[in-house]
Amino acid sequence: MSNADFHLPQRGLGSTARRDRWWVQPLTVFCVLSGFIVYATWAALQGKHYFAHANGEHYLSPFYSPLLYGAEHEPYWIAQGVPKWWPSFLPFSPAMLILIGPGLMRFTCYYYRGAYYKAFWADPLSCAVGEPRKGYRGENSFPLIMQNVHRYVFYPAAAFVMVLLYDGYKALWFTDAEGTHFGVGVGSIVLIMNALLLGGYTFGCHCARHQIGGFLNSLAKRPIRSKCYACVNALNKRHMYWAWVSLVWVALTDLYVRLLSMGYITDFRIIF
Amino acid sequence: MGEQRQATFSVWRGDHQTGKFVDYKTTVSEGMVVLDAIHQIQAESASDLACRWNCKAGKCGSCSAEINGKPRLMCMTRLDILDMTQPVTVEPMRSFPSIRDLVTDVSWNFRVKKRIKPFKPRKPDAEDGTWRMYQADVERVQEFRKCIECFLCQDVCHVLREHHKHDEFAGPRHFVYQAALEMHPLDVEERLGQVKGENAIGYCNITKCCTKVCPEHIAITDNAIIPLKERVNDEFYDPITKLFRIFRARPKAERKD
Ligand code: SF4
Ligand code: SF4
Ligand code: FES
Ligand code: FES
Repeated sequence: MSNADFHLPQRGLGSTARRDRWWVQPLTVFCVLSGFIVYATWAALQGKHYFAHANGEHYLSPFYSPLLYGAEHEPYWIAQGVPKWWPSFLPFSPAMLILIGPGLMRFTCYYYRGAYYKAFWADPLSCAVGEPRKGYRGENSFPLIMQNVHRYVFYPAAAFVMVLLYDGYKALWFTDAEGTHFGVGVGSIVLIMNALLLGGYTFGCHCARHQIGGFLNSLAKRPIRSKCYACVNALNKRHMYWAWVSLVWVALTDLYVRLLSMGYITDFRIIF
Repeated sequence: MGEQRQATFSVWRGDHQTGKFVDYKTTVSEGMVVLDAIHQIQAESASDLACRWNCKAGKCGSCSAEINGKPRLMCMTRLDILDMTQPVTVEPMRSFPSIRDLVTDVSWNFRVKKRIKPFKPRKPDAEDGTWRMYQADVERVQEFRKCIECFLCQDVCHVLREHHKHDEFAGPRHFVYQAALEMHPLDVEERLGQVKGENAIGYCNITKCCTKVCPEHIAITDNAIIPLKERVNDEFYDPITKLFRIFRARPKAERKD
C-alpha cells in the first residue's frame, strides 16, 4: 500500500511540546514493576518462610501455591523436597515452577504490554513524545508476534486463581489442641482478598473476553453467553486497575505470610 | 463577561518543511476556547493565518491541532484548562504534512479508507429485501460510528508519528472503521486478511495513546483494536482454535450469527 506521498521530519528522543509531567507515568510503571520483579525473585529464591502455621493458622504464600514440592511442612501436592529431575547445580525453590505461570500471564497481558513497552523500551516513551530508535517492528513480526500466545496462558492462570481460592478457604481453618475449627484472622482476609483480586484481573482478560463472546457477531440468541460476556466486559473495563491492585496485593500477601512465619508480627484473630 | 486578560499564543507559521513559532498576544476572557483565540488573532494581527474549522461544536473534526503538545480539537479546548501564564503553543498535527500554518493535508486517510472492503450484508432476510437484527447485536458497533474523523488518533499514534509507517499501517481510525464492519451482525465480508496484511494491525503495540486523545471517547484500543487482534489471532496464529472451527465447519456468515 503506497498511500503516502510526503516525507515528515524525524523527531529526536524526548522531543515534545507537552507541558505536563508526561514522564511521571512511565517512571511509576518502571519503578513499581521493577520493584515487584526484584521482590518476587528474592521471595521465590528464599525457599522458606512461605507457610505460616505456628499459631494454628494455615497461611500459604501465593508465590508458593500450589505447593508442588514442599520442604516446609504440611500441604505439598507432589512430594516433599526437591524433585529428582531438577539439575543439582541450580538452586531449587518450590516457588520457581509456579511463578512462571502468573509471570507469563502478566508479561503477555495486553495492558502490561502497552505499559512496559513505554516504561522499559521507550516505544514510545509517552504519548506524543519522541523516541530513541528509528526502526520499528511492533508486534507485527518476530519476536513480539509471540505475544499472541497470551490466549493459551489464560487457562493456567485461571487454574491458579482456583488454587488460590482454595488457599483462602484453608486460611479460614485453625488448628489448636482440641482440633481444627473455623476462624477468621487478618491473614484469612488477606489471602481471600488476594484470590478475589487476582480473579478480577484474570477474568477481565481480553482473551477471555474474546473467547467467551467477543468472537461472535451475534449474542442475542445466546442468553448464557451474553451474561458471561457482560460480566467479563465489566471486569475488562477496569483491567488496568485490577492489574495494579492485584500485583501489589499479591506481593503484600507474601510479605505478610513471610513476616508472620518469621515471627516478626502476630496475626490478629477476628473470630476465633 | 468575566475577567479579561492578556495571553500569549505561540502559533506555528509555515508548512511541514520550514516554519517557526510566532508569538501573538491577545485578550482572553472566561469561556473562550483555543479556536476563539485563533480567530481573534486572525482578526487583530495575522489576517493570513490559516486554520480549518467548521462547526465549532466538536462534531466536524476539522479543527484538529496540537495544543501544548497534545493532539486536541481547538474548538473543544477551553482556555481554563490550560496554563495561561505561559505562552500556549498551537501547531498543526505532526503526522501529516502541513499545507500552511495550522492546516494539514489529511488526504492520506481518505486514500487508505477507500481501499478498505466496503460493507457487504448477507442476503436479505425478508422477501421485500430487508433485514432483521437484534438491537443488542448492533449496539456494540454503535460506539465506532461516533467517529468524527478528526484524525487526532492517527496523529498521536507513534507508528505514524515517529515511525512514519504510512505506507504499511492504516492507523487506529481505520481499525475503528474496520471493527465497525467486521463486528456488524449483517456483514459477511472476509476482512481479517486485510486487517492483518495490508493494514498491518500487528504494528500497533497497544499503548492506548489513540484512546486517550479521542474526542468522542471511543475506547479505540480496548474495543476495536484488541478484539480485531484476537480475531486475526483466531484466523492466522492459533492452530487449536482453527482446528475447533474446522470441526464445526460452519461458513463465516453462519458462524457469526
Ligand atoms: S494503541 Fe496502537 S493504534 Fe493506538 S496509538 Fe498506540 S500503537 Fe497506535
Ligand atoms: S476514532 Fe476518535 S480520535 Fe480517531 S478520528 Fe475518530 S473521533 Fe477522531
Ligand atoms: S489482557 Fe491482561 S490478562 Fe489478558
Ligand atoms: S470546528 Fe468542528 S470539530 Fe472543531
